Amino acid sequence: MIRKRLVAIVVGYGAVAAAACVLAPLVGSTHISLARVFDRSIPFADNVDAQIFFVARMPRVLAAAVVGGTLAAAGVVMQALLRNPLATPFTLGVSAGAALGAILVITFVQADLRVGLYSIGGGAIPLASLGGALIASLIVYALATRPGRTMSTTVLLLAGVTLNAFFSALILFVQYSADFTQTYRTVRWLMGDLDVGSFAPIIASSPLVLAALGMFSVLPRSLNLLSVGTDVAATRGVDVGRTQRLAFFSASLATSAAVALAGPIGFVGIVVPHLVRLMVGVDHRVVLPASVLFGAAFLIGCDLVARTVLAPVEVPVGVVTAVLGGPFFLWLLVRRS
Amino acid sequence: MAARPAKLEPMRRVLGVLCGYVVFVQMVAAQPPTATRIISLVPSVTEILFAVGAGRQVVAVSSYDDFPPETKSLPRVGALLDPDVERILALRPDLVMVYGSQSQLEGQLARAGIRAYSYRHAGVDNVLMTIRDVGRLTGHASESERVARDLQAQLDAVRARVRGYPRPRTMLVIGRDAGALRGVYTSAGVGFLHELLDAAGGDDVFADIKREGMQPSNEMMIVRAPQVIIELHSAEPAAADVVQRERAVWNALASVPAVRNNRVHLLYGSYLMAAGPRLGRTAEALAGVLHPEAFR
Repeated sequence: MIRKRLVAIVVGYGAVAAAACVLAPLVGSTHISLARVFDRSIPFADNVDAQIFFVARMPRVLAAAVVGGTLAAAGVVMQALLRNPLATPFTLGVSAGAALGAILVITFVQADLRVGLYSIGGGAIPLASLGGALIASLIVYALATRPGRTMSTTVLLLAGVTLNAFFSALILFVQYSADFTQTYRTVRWLMGDLDVGSFAPIIASSPLVLAALGMFSVLPRSLNLLSVGTDVAATRGVDVGRTQRLAFFSASLATSAAVALAGPIGFVGIVVPHLVRLMVGVDHRVVLPASVLFGAAFLIGCDLVARTVLAPVEVPVGVVTAVLGGPFFLWLLVRRS
Repeated sequence: MAARPAKLEPMRRVLGVLCGYVVFVQMVAAQPPTATRIISLVPSVTEILFAVGAGRQVVAVSSYDDFPPETKSLPRVGALLDPDVERILALRPDLVMVYGSQSQLEGQLARAGIRAYSYRHAGVDNVLMTIRDVGRLTGHASESERVARDLQAQLDAVRARVRGYPRPRTMLVIGRDAGALRGVYTSAGVGFLHELLDAAGGDDVFADIKREGMQPSNEMMIVRAPQVIIELHSAEPAAADVVQRERAVWNALASVPAVRNNRVHLLYGSYLMAAGPRLGRTAEALAGVLHPEAFR
């Protein structure tokens, strides 16, 4: 029964996501000819259409798919773990840690960051944000756990929110002491940007994303019980402590990877899980895969709007996700209730 | 409301004329006294103060000032976002150079009876006007006139030198994440950098976008296909291998003429983006890479 429904929903949402992936690179601020894009007789360096397609649009669309899918799934897991519909992937301070890392590099590392003889170059900001995110997760985890006891979600939530505020204060201080151009760049980073410029950053983030998705795949049944309550889950044979740890670390890992790739793009992680639940119900076995696929399609769509609506100038994608997602979500909410 | 008694009207008219006369006399007679204790919160204006010969009258500068070297020994009193009002007042200035957006600080200075000169970031004409204003306020009117004329002449000379040469479509990059084609920030169709590029004999690929700066996507850079890309770095010149690696970042946009024809240039120097008397040097540096044939 559930298997049949799952297959139907995954196929349906998969089709939407696949269609977004295929169609979005065809649309943009400039018209390109598909025949020319795939015309092998023109050298790549001469083929402007192919350059636009493969250098500018495909990496963007793929990055949107990866980031949208992971953030949406991380949102589902966080909401179940914290048993709080307002939880987002950024609630527990992961994104603030990532932002602090990135902003420190933007502000204080001028040109060339090296480890020994090896130049980190363009990887410096993503690596710093990844480091910041992981450190933030470990701090929150250490605060919320006591040896031999299950994780307290209340302490987890409070620790996360406090760490968020603490890191935000540090970010403000760094911005305050930076000069104008750097401050502008840090503010811009906080709005999120999917124009990654090549496939390399996406490939670099894929092991983390795949690891997180792998961990997500064993969670749904336990999350269903966990979202009712830890006692209920425990009596039904769920290893609550293990499930909580797995949920926390997988969601943190997914969020870290997504934020390192594209900055903290807001709203995807809260609005997509709720939209999906409004459409398919509350069973995590369905909600989780559907959120990955719908999150991917949603962010691809938002980025398409971001890069076309005011062309040749762009709108930051984080602004689009909030402006489009907010009213749509409210409409669904009002219509349902 | 009752009608105003008619006999009051002539009196009001006389009063009005009197007031007008007083204002007129004040404007003509009371030239502002020459400032002798100046604080500058704007690095460009600091540079202008020293260029017009008012350097000895400067008693404090902003936390970002580093040119000319004489500023290094002066007290620091904050900057755009964090002016230290107490220290400013304690230094007993008679003229404070502030940003146009620092209206709160201007109000505080006015209440303390201290004059403020409000600076706004704009085009080359605005820089010339600021030079002349600063000269007049500090008692160096003739020097400032000379500085302004020299700058104008330097720009005119650059313009004359590149006249007749084909004008390449140019993208002027003023910011980018190190080692990646991300966070690219360019000059657009307004402001002094755009005007300097024009004087140096280049056509701005983003001239149609009426903003001082913009952040083009990779797609937009491919589509606009600049023939020359110039990156301005306000840092000290980097090591040769760093420059080479940073230039190679652009190879990702293989179809862009500037990349294909090896016309991606990286310029280094703190003067490049300083809206002051050194703008002429920036124009010369831009012209030098845009039209090397004209400078042979």
